[in-house]
Amino acid sequence: MSVKIDETLIVECETGNYHTFCPISCVSWLYQKIEDSFFLVVGTKTCGYFLQNALGVMIFAEPRYAMAELEEGDISAQLNDYEGLKKLCIRIRKDRDPSVIIWIGTCTTEIIKMDLEGMAPKLEWEIGIPILVARANGLDYAFTQGEDTVLAAMAHRCPEPEFSVRERKETIQNFLTFHSGKKEELGENHPSLVLFGSLPSNVASQLNLELKRQSIKVSGWLPAQKYTDLPSLGDGVYVCGVHPFLSRTATTLIRREKCQLIAAPFPIGPDGTRAWIEKICPVFGVEPQGLEEREERIWESLKDYLDLVHGKSVFFMGDNLLEVSLARFLIRCGMIVHEIGIPYMDKRYQTAELSLLQDTCIKMCVPIPRIVEKPDNSNQIRRIRELQPDLAITGMAHANPLEARGISTKWSVEFTFAQIHGFANARDVLELVTRPLRRQKNLEDLGRTTLVRK
Amino acid sequence: MKLAYWMYAGPAHIGTLRVASSFKNVHAIMHAPLGDDYFNVMRSMLERERDFTAATASIVDRHVLARGSQERVVDNILRKDKEEHPDLIILTPTCTSSILQEDLQNFVNRASIISDSDIIFADVDHYQVNEIQAADRTLEQVVRYYLDRCHRQEKWDQFLTDAPSVNIIGIFTLGFHNQHDCRELRRLLRDLDIQINQIIPEGGSVEDLQNLPKAWFNLIPYREVGLMTAVYLNKEYGMPYISIAPMGAVDMAEWIRQIQKNVNTFTLSSSNKRVDYEPYIDGQTRFVSQAAWFSRSIDCQNLTGKETVVFGDTTHAASITKILVREMGIRVSCAGTYCKHDAEWFKEQIQGFCDEILITDDHAEVGDMIAHMGPSAIFGTQMERHIGKRLDIPCGVISAPVHIQNFPLGYRPFLGYEGTNQIADLIYNSFALGMEDHLLDIFGGHDTKEIISKSLSTDIGLIWDPESRLELSKIPRFAREKVERNTEKFARQRGIETITVEVMYAAKEALNT
Repeated sequence: MSVKIDETLIVECETGNYHTFCPISCVSWLYQKIEDSFFLVVGTKTCGYFLQNALGVMIFAEPRYAMAELEEGDISAQLNDYEGLKKLCIRIRKDRDPSVIIWIGTCTTEIIKMDLEGMAPKLEWEIGIPILVARANGLDYAFTQGEDTVLAAMAHRCPEPEFSVRERKETIQNFLTFHSGKKEELGENHPSLVLFGSLPSNVASQLNLELKRQSIKVSGWLPAQKYTDLPSLGDGVYVCGVHPFLSRTATTLIRREKCQLIAAPFPIGPDGTRAWIEKICPVFGVEPQGLEEREERIWESLKDYLDLVHGKSVFFMGDNLLEVSLARFLIRCGMIVHEIGIPYMDKRYQTAELSLLQDTCIKMCVPIPRIVEKPDNSNQIRRIRELQPDLAITGMAHANPLEARGISTKWSVEFTFAQIHGFANARDVLELVTRPLRRQKNLEDLGRTTLVRK
Repeated sequence: MKLAYWMYAGPAHIGTLRVASSFKNVHAIMHAPLGDDYFNVMRSMLERERDFTAATASIVDRHVLARGSQERVVDNILRKDKEEHPDLIILTPTCTSSILQEDLQNFVNRASIISDSDIIFADVDHYQVNEIQAADRTLEQVVRYYLDRCHRQEKWDQFLTDAPSVNIIGIFTLGFHNQHDCRELRRLLRDLDIQINQIIPEGGSVEDLQNLPKAWFNLIPYREVGLMTAVYLNKEYGMPYISIAPMGAVDMAEWIRQIQKNVNTFTLSSSNKRVDYEPYIDGQTRFVSQAAWFSRSIDCQNLTGKETVVFGDTTHAASITKILVREMGIRVSCAGTYCKHDAEWFKEQIQGFCDEILITDDHAEVGDMIAHMGPSAIFGTQMERHIGKRLDIPCGVISAPVHIQNFPLGYRPFLGYEGTNQIADLIYNSFALGMEDHLLDIFGGHDTKEIISKSLSTDIGLIWDPESRLELSKIPRFAREKVERNTEKFARQRGIETITVEVMYAAKEALNT
């Protein structure tokens, strides 16, 4: 029996009435990543309430972030914004002494047109601490895009390389002519490569190591563990993203910093990780070694989980922009994806990921799932009820109500906080995806899967 | 502009959404940017709600900023009307929309013409009121809307019910133990042979609101939310209300006596069936509630004079303070509330029950106060629980803001006679148990952990020499901090810089005499 496969990729667009986290939530992982930073969210009680509830216990651990809570006087411009922020920043300097203060602009600062970008350089000069401005607001962005705005702002602060690549090539040639025969120092023979995207340090070093096996040296990460260790960027530096939601950062790196972007799928799942490395290697004239076997071994180690997910269907409601990469991995695992909801689709930045999705669908003999940008949650819930997927990957607002109606769910935010990048963490993704399926299996004999009165 | 890490009460729209989602078949539409629908997550997570929360957002994005919402809000209202057929749609402003200054009332007017649902615009100002006040206002607004309309349509049926009946006003979604309290109140009223006319807003239907005045009087268990509605009903319909929180044995009795008074006032005119609840109060207090007996028991004797700090919303903080002092003989060094708008009532209530009163919504101030007082136990919100963890002081959670663990599956009312039992357990379990306390005292404790100062204040400490430090470590952990503080205070008064064992015991003697 032959199955006709639709090979075209269509991105639909709905009303944009969907549930997601406010992009200011990025402070929760970025303050932990950048150890010497302090995040100041300039907003209202609403922003503060969201942060304190969404971050739960973290709030009690003296986090390096705070609200600059705007009061009525600030809104009606009766108070001086500059003096207000200066007072708070001086207090932060005294209490915490950070290497950088990052102001997070919110909806309110947008609407009242508070000139954060204008005030920052002046105040920076006055108090002697770098001040970055990121407009991570809910008017323009969704959830993980908050990190994108912060990293784009940070890219401007990266130092220039000490000498340009052309000169370096010459010095290397001189070096080689003098010391011919001696083994080349790793990483000195290719232009520098900077990876961008915030990852826990152990995941970042796993990816560093993965590239090192291919004799490629990662010269830095944006962001680094410390603000003071930002990588050098400039003409001739190659950059590559690890997250699908960093399109502004990518654009900034290309346009402002004159870097060369390596368009690659994202290193999520063994297939993604391999494709990611395979895209990077040729740029530096390296023939990838032993990747196929490595990927094969990872797939073998996942066998127990693959048996569980095989043939099961999944529906992404969409809220964190990781959806395409996860869907591509899950299709490769043998799952059927009904729909990929996604807040925002940058086809240029995700181009390699989208074509890998296409290839994967062809390889697995499944139609390309519909991609729905700016989804409409109530339409989606109707579709979920019709399709009855085995798993819905969704936000917390819908998880319990869907579970009560007999639809297994996985909370999508966990994918942003779990370690899902690289070969070694593929298991963690499946651990998350299979958890509702395993739970269901454990409770199978209990009956009563729908628990709502109708 | 102020620096803030934590807030006790949320923004105004949360209050409005809590009212909307408590009623049956009422839908809230927030005029809000992406991500402001976090309320749905809280309700779905904390309350483990099985149904989709009837609150959606009409998204404010960059286009709205440039051109106004135009048709969008009206379209979203009409769409909800068509899809879900709610009785009422509440258009809810957020902090963002209130500075956009769009004429949301106009959208409501336009949509009302076409829609089958009733539509109102929640009249709350984000920069003036908080979650609690907004909930109070919105509830009053909804009640007023339906009663006014009923008046206009002259469908008025103003006869009271034949048997004594009440409305319970102020049971809410995401309220602190509200569901359990509600069940307990139902049980109590059944015992007293009083019918419940309506419970609002939780589970109530807006279509029934017109029957509110049929009840003989109103009960307002928590004064934060519901009082405005009660005052309105009193003014317009002459309905009396009881705003005592039936928490703790003494206030319970007072609450039932007031019910008796109200019932008898109305009965007088109709029949000669006067009620006397005194035997019921007596029986319940002595035998159903274990709290009165517990206060007399040996266990509770050990709590005599122990110092505590209480902090929370006005209702719970005031009631718990009175229970601690009046019913258990425990000392309250400081009682406080974050409901600044109702500070006068709070002060009046606990006057004479505690040494100090603290009115603040700054958690750092509360933390410093606790560190300074060094009580044996704290009764507060989740924030105080965390302060307690840092200072190694046990804490019982008695008030919102709350955490998922404050939505227990088991039956845990704070109100009523069962509530007195629950509170007694909570208080007793928060202190180190009596015998344990004594043994640790006699044998100097069994932990020899290195002492690290946990003081929250930043002033420089005095120097403890090695012997005195060792001596300090022998003091049981729960008393150690107090000894440390008293010794340092003694040393400072006398200008001593290095603390030796001699100084320690001199301090002890000085303080004993």
